[in-house]
Amino acid sequence: MRYRGVTGSHPEEFMEKPLLSIRDLAVDFETETGRFRAVDGLSFDIPKGKTVALVGESGSGKSVTAQAILQILSKKAHIAAGTITFNDPERADSIEIAALTPDSTDMRALRGGRISMIFQEPMTSLSPLHTIGDQISEALVIHQQVSQEEALERTKEVLARVGFPDPRRALRTYPFELSGGLRQRAMIAMALITRPALLIADEPTTALDVTTQAQILDLIKELQAETGMSVLLITHDLGVVANVADEVVVMYRGRVMESGPREVIFRHAQHPYLQALMRAVPRFAMAENERLTPIREVKSATLETAHKPERTEPKGPILKAENLTKCFTLRSGWFSGRIRKIHAVNGVSLALPVGKTLGLVGESGCGKTTVSKMIMRAMEPDTGQVLFDDGTGPRNVHELEGDALKDYRRSVQFIFQDPFSSLNPRMTVYEILTEPLIIHGIGDSDMRYHRAKELLDMVGLDRRALRRYPHSFSGGQRQRLGIARALALEPRVLICDEPVSALDVSVQAQVLNLLKDLQAALDLSYLFVSHNLAVVDYIADTIAVMCRGYIVEQAPKTSLFRNPVHPYTQALLAAVPDPDIDRPLDFAKLRADRFSHPDQWPEPFRLQEGEAGVMKEIEPGHQIRLGQLSVKEAA
Amino acid sequence: MIRFLLRRFVTMLVTLLIISALVFLIIKLPPGDFLSNQIAELRAQGEADAVAKAEFLIKQYGLDKPAWEQYLVWLGVMPGQNGFSGLLQGDWGWSFEYDRPVFEVVGDALWLTLLVNIAVVIFIHLVSIPIAIYSATRQYSVGDYIATFIGYLGLATPSFLLALILLYYSNRWFGISIGGLFDARFAGQPWSWAKFQSLLAHLIVPTLVIGLAGTAAMIRRMRANLLDELGKQYYVTAKAKGLPPGRALLKYPFRMSLNPFIADIGNLLPHLVSGSVLVSLVLSLPTVGPILLSALKSQDQFLAGFILMFVAILTVFGMLVSDLLLAWLDPRIRMGGGR
Repeated sequence: MRYRGVTGSHPEEFMEKPLLSIRDLAVDFETETGRFRAVDGLSFDIPKGKTVALVGESGSGKSVTAQAILQILSKKAHIAAGTITFNDPERADSIEIAALTPDSTDMRALRGGRISMIFQEPMTSLSPLHTIGDQISEALVIHQQVSQEEALERTKEVLARVGFPDPRRALRTYPFELSGGLRQRAMIAMALITRPALLIADEPTTALDVTTQAQILDLIKELQAETGMSVLLITHDLGVVANVADEVVVMYRGRVMESGPREVIFRHAQHPYLQALMRAVPRFAMAENERLTPIREVKSATLETAHKPERTEPKGPILKAENLTKCFTLRSGWFSGRIRKIHAVNGVSLALPVGKTLGLVGESGCGKTTVSKMIMRAMEPDTGQVLFDDGTGPRNVHELEGDALKDYRRSVQFIFQDPFSSLNPRMTVYEILTEPLIIHGIGDSDMRYHRAKELLDMVGLDRRALRRYPHSFSGGQRQRLGIARALALEPRVLICDEPVSALDVSVQAQVLNLLKDLQAALDLSYLFVSHNLAVVDYIADTIAVMCRGYIVEQAPKTSLFRNPVHPYTQALLAAVPDPDIDRPLDFAKLRADRFSHPDQWPEPFRLQEGEAGVMKEIEPGHQIRLGQLSVKEAA
Repeated sequence: MIRFLLRRFVTMLVTLLIISALVFLIIKLPPGDFLSNQIAELRAQGEADAVAKAEFLIKQYGLDKPAWEQYLVWLGVMPGQNGFSGLLQGDWGWSFEYDRPVFEVVGDALWLTLLVNIAVVIFIHLVSIPIAIYSATRQYSVGDYIATFIGYLGLATPSFLLALILLYYSNRWFGISIGGLFDARFAGQPWSWAKFQSLLAHLIVPTLVIGLAGTAAMIRRMRANLLDELGKQYYVTAKAKGLPPGRALLKYPFRMSLNPFIADIGNLLPHLVSGSVLVSLVLSLPTVGPILLSALKSQDQFLAGFILMFVAILTVFGMLVSDLLLAWLDPRIRMGGGR
């Protein structure tokens, strides 16, 4: 795909020059196996004051492009060919970035001065040893002739602008004292204090909760309108793109697949890759029984012929949590010795029917992982009980001992969020898959070998993978290994803790489809914990929404999304960016950050400090939590 | 903060008490003691006067009492011959071997030991930190390989051997004796400018010899730490801000990589006193190391006990200092909860 030259003599070239134009850019990596071209003949423009979204899977070369613009490529990489022309509105001439050396004074003046960047992980992007006041004001001191006091004054202003409630105090706080959202706001303040002409945002909201994501996107949009800067937004989330981008560039393996204005891209996607990418994302408006289409479909070899294990199924729910409560005590600091009590889980009751999926949704810190740990019996609840029914009647999980406990462990398996750290890098696939069998003393080595091959077939991996180590697999393949390991003991229940949130959209569809197929074939019951409502909507039958340790709303999937009643559920739903440009986010509604504080919910939902409230059924299977006050009034 | 310090002091005291008991127990474990061994020897030679003196000393220091009583007297919580007079009262006891109070035997040696070893520590840091930064930022370059090679060489060379070689060649080529910490003519002289100069000149070789081994280890650790930090995202942020490379490196990753070394102070302090015994012997340095060795061999119990206690106090104190320094330097420790 070629662009017309920018300095030609056609009449339309008298139009304003783009802020940044990249032509035929190539970036090479020197690796042990030889040279690898990560970006290959890339060309696109960033117009003044507009947002350009760079979209693609991981490994498509998006981030490398951003690093090339700032010349902060890793030592192994270098720009092999092409031009990056920066037409700074504050200067008459244009700058040729690709021709500058990375450590030159000219390049350093651009970096952080005229072109700033924010990153995905706000926790690791800020130094934990320096106050944010220090780190933000530093950016100003480097690029402008200002005194230390002036710099701090400006820092305070910019902190106030990005939404810090108490900027003076914020100057002296350290990054780890802040929530993820505030940290990302601090990063934005650091990037914008020098009033750059271009902001590069590399997956700025991927690590954040949906409501926080919406607020950060809103903030970037507002600041853009104020300062007239351009934004290069790097993301894999088409929902985000649909909401904030003016122009879209789709990358695949270092090349541009398709580019153009948002309207055109979303309504008339031409390239098969882009069409495939759009079909792979779970959306709210999906039809019942509609299947996601992964970009690379994985076929499970034996699933059709797999038989359900012979066992007596329970009459009621297979797993039940009753009134679970868990408190944590925190010491706030070494030197003070003050003790705080945190109610992580407050009277949570759940029921998981056989062969169904229960989705548990909530933002980070809402207590959903604590609940799954108590169900796993990795943690004792303060009050309440977990009941498991293997067909012989419900029994309290936390009172099981000996063989009964071992059976429970066999029946309930876990799938973890991070496929990279949840597989032992020093064990082969064969060892990983057979370890559960060895622990439970099942079969001889012949039988285990066959079982391992069978498991690989089930999750659609090649049988020859048995001798390999986890590092030679991609993220999606590793997650399938994790699923295969969980299936080794023929469990009845799988607890999936954010199983796809570390994966790319394209791979996410693969794994979700695999989980669905496995459930149908093996009659598994899932407890699916996630913060992504669209994903839960795709896989779950019943959904429970958690906030601050409470379950605030619980309903069958269809009625929850058709008729969300609780204000928190409504806010969560409103904050999910839909990859459909006809359903834009309502930023104004999300600006008021009150929906995650139970004491600020409107009546009748308001919960006072320490109050548990009661669940009330409003239609069959659809329950919401109401405050005590309104219940008393009704009585 | 004050509560924390109080808690730490109480645990420190308990620790020291237990250590003192262990120290005394270990010194007492072999049968006999310095004086009874001596008396046996003197009896064999038939020297009645000396025997009488030794027997007086036995009475004086209660060596005929049970071990636990001797321990309590030594500690100063039980009245001995001269009432309460032990470590707690500042009476460090009597060295039988030197026939002088422990304080006089150890006094000078203690300060010289600290001097030599502080010089060593400064040398190690001055040499290894720049080399480590160089080889970490230019990983797998020729310079990195050379630094690494020299580092391994220094690590693998026994210090006492290097000391012997230097001793021999400096005498042969320059005709100077590098043993001791100053020229023989200054021995027993009061401090003067000339004596001080002589001391500085004699410090060079021990510093070099003891330091080289430590330098190698330090370069390797510092390089590994720094390499870890160089890959972190906040360093990319610093560079993306437009910081010059040197400032970005020193302010962020270098500062982070210092933590393990601060945590190491607790181990460093006792090493200052009891380390490098072999080198001290070879170079005949008047430091504590050789004194401790001979005191342990001859069961000179109060001398050995005092030196070991001193090392223990330094250890415990060093731990406190490094904890406080860490809390001061690293806000995560200062404000983080006791997770």
